[in-house]
Amino acid sequence: MTDTKLTARNVDVFYGQKKAINDVSIDIDNGIVTAFIGPSGCGKSTFLRTLNRMNDTIAGARVDGEILLDGENIYAASMDPVALRARVGMVFQKPNPFPKSIFENVAYGPRIHGLGSSKADMEQIVERALTKAGLWEEVKDRLTDAGTALSGGQQQRLCIARAIAVSPEVILMDEPCSALDPIATARIEELIDELKESFAIVIVTHSMQQAARVSQRTAFFHLGSLVEYGETDQIFTNPREVRTKDYITGRYG
Amino acid sequence: MILTGVLLAVFGLGLVGWFAARGRARLLYTGRGSMHSMPAYHGWHMALWILVPALLAWGVWSAIMPGLVEGAVFADPAAASLPTDPMTLGAIVSEAHNLASDPSATAFNPEARVLVEPIRAAQARFGLIGALLVMVVAIAGGGYGFTRIRADFRARTQVERAVMALLLAASLMAVLTTFGIVGSLVFEAGLFFKDVSPIAFLTGTHWSPASTMGANINDNFGAVPLFWGTIYIGAIIAMIVAIPLGLMSAVYLTQYASGAMRKWLKPMLEILAGIPTVVYGYFAALTVAPMIRDFAASMGMQNPSTESALAAGLVMGVMIIPFVSSMADDALAAVPRAMSDGSLALGSTKSETIKKVLLPAALPGIVAGVMLAISRAIGETMIVVMAAGAAANLSANPLASMTTVTYQIVQMLTGDQEFNSPKTLSAFALGLVLFVVTLILNIVALRVVKRFREAYE
Ligand SMILES: Nc1ncnc2c1ncn2[C@@H]1O[C@H](COP(=O)(O)OP(=O)(O)OP(=O)(O)O)[C@@H](O)[C@H]1O
Ligand SMILES: [Mg+2]
Repeated sequence: MTDTKLTARNVDVFYGQKKAINDVSIDIDNGIVTAFIGPSGCGKSTFLRTLNRMNDTIAGARVDGEILLDGENIYAASMDPVALRARVGMVFQKPNPFPKSIFENVAYGPRIHGLGSSKADMEQIVERALTKAGLWEEVKDRLTDAGTALSGGQQQRLCIARAIAVSPEVILMDEPCSALDPIATARIEELIDELKESFAIVIVTHSMQQAARVSQRTAFFHLGSLVEYGETDQIFTNPREVRTKDYITGRYG
Repeated sequence: MILTGVLLAVFGLGLVGWFAARGRARLLYTGRGSMHSMPAYHGWHMALWILVPALLAWGVWSAIMPGLVEGAVFADPAAASLPTDPMTLGAIVSEAHNLASDPSATAFNPEARVLVEPIRAAQARFGLIGALLVMVVAIAGGGYGFTRIRADFRARTQVERAVMALLLAASLMAVLTTFGIVGSLVFEAGLFFKDVSPIAFLTGTHWSPASTMGANINDNFGAVPLFWGTIYIGAIIAMIVAIPLGLMSAVYLTQYASGAMRKWLKPMLEILAGIPTVVYGYFAALTVAPMIRDFAASMGMQNPSTESALAAGLVMGVMIIPFVSSMADDALAAVPRAMSDGSLALGSTKSETIKKVLLPAALPGIVAGVMLAISRAIGETMIVVMAAGAAANLSANPLASMTTVTYQIVQMLTGDQEFNSPKTLSAFALGLVLFVVTLILNIVALRVVKRFREAYE
């Protein structure tokens, strides 16, 4: 069973004068993984960033239209973008652990938001997040080591743990595996599959196989527009649009 | 005189040689690929062959000519009646030289007049010989250069080498000067330490180099009050001003300021760095110091001095702000955007992100910047000369007058001083200490910066 978590209505995004997203409307559901695919530069990352208002941090970026989180407009004046980002977490393309210890990396978010008042509470939060991210067994004896000293795949799982630790409702992932080898990638994909029980997950990927493996819904973007959105099986086996078909069969660059 | 003229002639010859060689080379040019080097390179090659040997000859001759003139003058019968005492003789000869170049100059020693004619004659003779020699070298060099012009001659490669040699010579010049300065510092400081024990100098707390009392000279050269004053003003008071202000302005400029704001503020801040230190000096002495004195008086201090460590330190701190801010600016800009994005995406505010992620990540770079700033501050002279005072106080009271290493160096070396007295020589010992400390600060700071850069490559 699914219910709608995020709703975008007629969203346009501009960088200065340039329109990067053109009239996109989409519903993103709880409990499943939604994949965004499309050729490079089509606006996947841009659209993903509108969902937690990370575009606010880019000078000159402007968003028109409506995005609702549980029915509440996230671009309304009453919405605090900082509070929003605690509810809609994000994992980036390149692992970006802070230059702090593994423990501090995970504890960073909870501390900011005043979770885990006692030391024991914090330890529990960190352990739970690392366990969920499938990293606990590997790092439990070296929590004070620098987060940057881990392997790339471990760093990315640390970043996922960091995002989970603040108990978000949605996790956005922008090509989370593009800097990783196939084994680390498989590990993250498994993790995404487990995490979808607790969070709505949106993942941007360049890999058709990855989208097919991990997602239940797929959205295909082209030149800033949402061309086709539907069940992943249907998109990959029986696309309605010619452009989608060309792209997934590799006929499009 | 004639030697100056010959320089012009050599350059003229070089120009002529350039055109001649290029013209000659052009005759050989029969189409693309027919020559190794383009005609203009032959021109440069020729010009170099004219200029370099001739200029070397000119330099050598200019160096040895005064000796030759001297010899000729003393051999002259007119010199026979001169006094033999080297001091007087030296004075007479130098007066005679002045008279020879400027007949209206006044001479205190009548004997000097006798020497004028011999000097003129010798200068004319040796000048002419030198000029001829230089011209011969120039022409010989040019002749050799000209014979080498052939289609397959690699003039371009040769010119390339000459350019490299020129650049090398230029950089060696700076390095050699540094070595020279360090050498003289070490040498003079060595003379000082023959009289005063280094231990007494580095650990003694009484500084009164002018006083002749006291059985032991070591007791008057305790430099600790100077070191303390230097550190207190340059590394403590100035940094209390410069670090927070510089850091905060860097944070504002890199993180908050809009593009337009940054365009205005950054150059304004850089103007601070462009103000001559002497201007800061009188600002400190005429504006800040009296204010502090009045403040001290209102606090009930007895006879507050106009000069105070606080006045000098505050103004020095302001002077250092742009330095700290631009180093911090670089350090903050070197932190990848992914760091702050990661923090913002976790729902932290901008200032939380700056405090907990950006500043810690940039810390090594900031620390290095502060170290460089300290090394500038402790070497700064003008402000302390004008505002800090001369009293070698070992005090923690910022309102007290204090002195610094640089101030004392100025004191020891200005005015009429007998050379080779421990008092004068102490300036070199102080300079050496300052140099070593600054060098260490700089090396450590640059290392830290380099490490830090590598961490984010
Ligand atoms: N910060 C920015 N300022 C201006 N233009 C931008 C900015 N970021 C992206 N763009 C432009 O917006 C368009 C969409 O970019 P976006 O990064 O969203 O594409 P993408 O689909 O994520 O591509 P990729 O698959 O290569 O990551 C591109 O034309 C890009 O040049
Ligand atoms: Mg992208």
